[in-house]
Amino acid sequence: MKKTISVLVENHAGVLSRIAGLFSRRGFNIDSLAVGVTDDKTVSRMTIVAECDDYLAEQMEKQLNKLIDVIKVRGANSDELISREMMLIKVTATNSLRGEITDIVKIMGAKIVDISKNTLTIEMCDSPDRVDLLEDLMRPYKIKEVVRTGTIAIQKGGESAF
Amino acid sequence: MITGAEAIVKCLEEEGVSVIFGYPGAAVCPLYDKLSYTDIRHILVRQEQNAGHAASGYARISGRTGVCISTSGPGATNLITAIATAYMDSIPLVAITGQVSLELLGRDVFQEADITGACAPFVKHSYLITNAHDIPRVFKEAFHIASTGRPGPVLIDIPVNIQNNTLDFKYPETVSIRGYNPSVKGHAFQIKKAVAAINHAKKPLICAGGGIFDSGAQQIFRRFAEATNIPVVSTMMGLSVLPANHPLNLGMVGLYGNNPANRAVYECDTLIVIGARLGDRFLGQNGNSQKLTESTTIIHIDVDPAEIGKNVGTNIPIVGDAGTILEQLMENPPHPDTTTWKERLNTLCGLTPTDRDTGDIPNMRKFMHLLSEKTDDRTIVVTDVGLNQIDTAMGYQIKSGRILSSCGMGTMGYALPAACGAKLAAPDTPVLAVIGDGGFQMSMNEIGTAVQNKIPLKLIVDNNHSLGMVRDIQKQNFNGHFVAVDLAPYPDIRYIAMAYGLSFYRLEKMSDANEAISLLLQNPNESFLLEIITDRSEQNT
Repeated sequence: MKKTISVLVENHAGVLSRIAGLFSRRGFNIDSLAVGVTDDKTVSRMTIVAECDDYLAEQMEKQLNKLIDVIKVRGANSDELISREMMLIKVTATNSLRGEITDIVKIMGAKIVDISKNTLTIEMCDSPDRVDLLEDLMRPYKIKEVVRTGTIAIQKGGESAF
Repeated sequence: MITGAEAIVKCLEEEGVSVIFGYPGAAVCPLYDKLSYTDIRHILVRQEQNAGHAASGYARISGRTGVCISTSGPGATNLITAIATAYMDSIPLVAITGQVSLELLGRDVFQEADITGACAPFVKHSYLITNAHDIPRVFKEAFHIASTGRPGPVLIDIPVNIQNNTLDFKYPETVSIRGYNPSVKGHAFQIKKAVAAINHAKKPLICAGGGIFDSGAQQIFRRFAEATNIPVVSTMMGLSVLPANHPLNLGMVGLYGNNPANRAVYECDTLIVIGARLGDRFLGQNGNSQKLTESTTIIHIDVDPAEIGKNVGTNIPIVGDAGTILEQLMENPPHPDTTTWKERLNTLCGLTPTDRDTGDIPNMRKFMHLLSEKTDDRTIVVTDVGLNQIDTAMGYQIKSGRILSSCGMGTMGYALPAACGAKLAAPDTPVLAVIGDGGFQMSMNEIGTAVQNKIPLKLIVDNNHSLGMVRDIQKQNFNGHFVAVDLAPYPDIRYIAMAYGLSFYRLEKMSDANEAISLLLQNPNESFLLEIITDRSEQNT
């Protein structure tokens, strides 16, 4: 099952390496990790998505909690969350294909942010599965480069326990 | 304004540090200079790793945080094994390493090593100080983190220029780390559940681990076991939590443990685990963890929530300090009826196989048994790793003393330096170090440390001229195809003793054991090296 773990950490040097090291040495495989500062400048939030069972998710949370630089850890299933990911994708687009691609971009609610003689660069920010879908749809047009941020998430509803 | 080096020394004084173990080098020279003007006793070891082990032995006996110092680069990397050893056995250490000047950091200059990076998997926390003003706060935090919650090593890496920079010194009175808040008291509801479960138990059993010592809870533990009349098994870390001859003590569990203890774990219906993590060595003879979980109610008391449910599923977890939780349990102590269960266990104890008869060839386990009848009750025994460790754990009948060993990491060469540290923590208590010939050759340079610093140690070298435990594995699992376990040419240990001016005796016949023991113990203020020639084909395990 996909688990999303939100980790509040001290915003100073070396924290990311402590967390990345923990994952690798404990054999936790993660799908994505996104980091950014919060409303409190001394605190960063890491959003980690991993495919794991309940045992492994619990182990991850407990081991993360043992790190002194970790202030708070919360895990949640994806159905409890609003999840978003951003992708920048550059595809080959000659004159003849530009129209087709633009159609798909419009349908998907994405945005064309750059253009060159032979390429289009598309920006999409949506739920991770919709971002996956756009990437799949672009595959026939020869993808030159994909850049994804990794998922960030926030809890649904009025609570902010996550 | 004082220099960083002076500030470090002041921090150590504020923390009440009286002994530190170390080895100097260019990157810690400012610190060593200032250290020499204080009352803090510095013990110069012969290799940095042993500074860590000695600090570990000191910490385990004194109950205080052990401190070790090394220089940058190789000095720091030599410390890694000792830090990892302390981490695995939850021993409070503060390791101070010198580092190259801050402006050179990251340029691969002479004796530069990224030690905070290298130690990340083995430390509870680490600091790289980049501003002299941070020194007081970092030291305050480091000692707090090392010694509270689940104890462990904390590394402080200090560039040499920071030691020379100046700061206004003010030692903080309190610590506030928002990401670190270890639980002390057990949750009242969980305590209630545990008491009810124990009251219902027909076959309750306590498994005592090293956490009891970390918490300083030996006395309350004993009161709890006696008040509830529940039999006790212990892990190797928990050995000596009860005297060996205590009527409730079934001895050591695990892969190398004894049959009654392992059988008791197998048959019990309620297992109260206190300060133990039930690692793979615990499960060795007890089948898989699933089986244990299915048939047994497990109450797991541990200060580290991450240990609960990690190796064995738990029914009633209680997170907190062992001593505090035992006090809570004693407020309304459970009274299970253990009469039938204890009768059953008594029949198991009768089934203990007797040691193999080795004739007049010295048998290490028998020797340790015999030795324990002659030693002072408070004696501290530090074992190395291998057959000597198992023979001590199984043979030595502990009274009110301690058995120390590198249990989690299994670090050879631990005993001699750790014994130095233990002796400094308890100068009036006899300290024995039991070492195989393999581990002895890894650490014998530390005899120099003991002699130079007037630390009287009683060393016992179990010499079977081979790496006995590995040899056993090769015998059992590789059809006796012995590879790289013979330590020929065998050094004559008599001359090593002579080289350091130690009295020496070589025991070659079991019938001379009493004479050897009286020589070993006769002068408490003098180091002695007893070599015991054992048969390498002899097997107890």
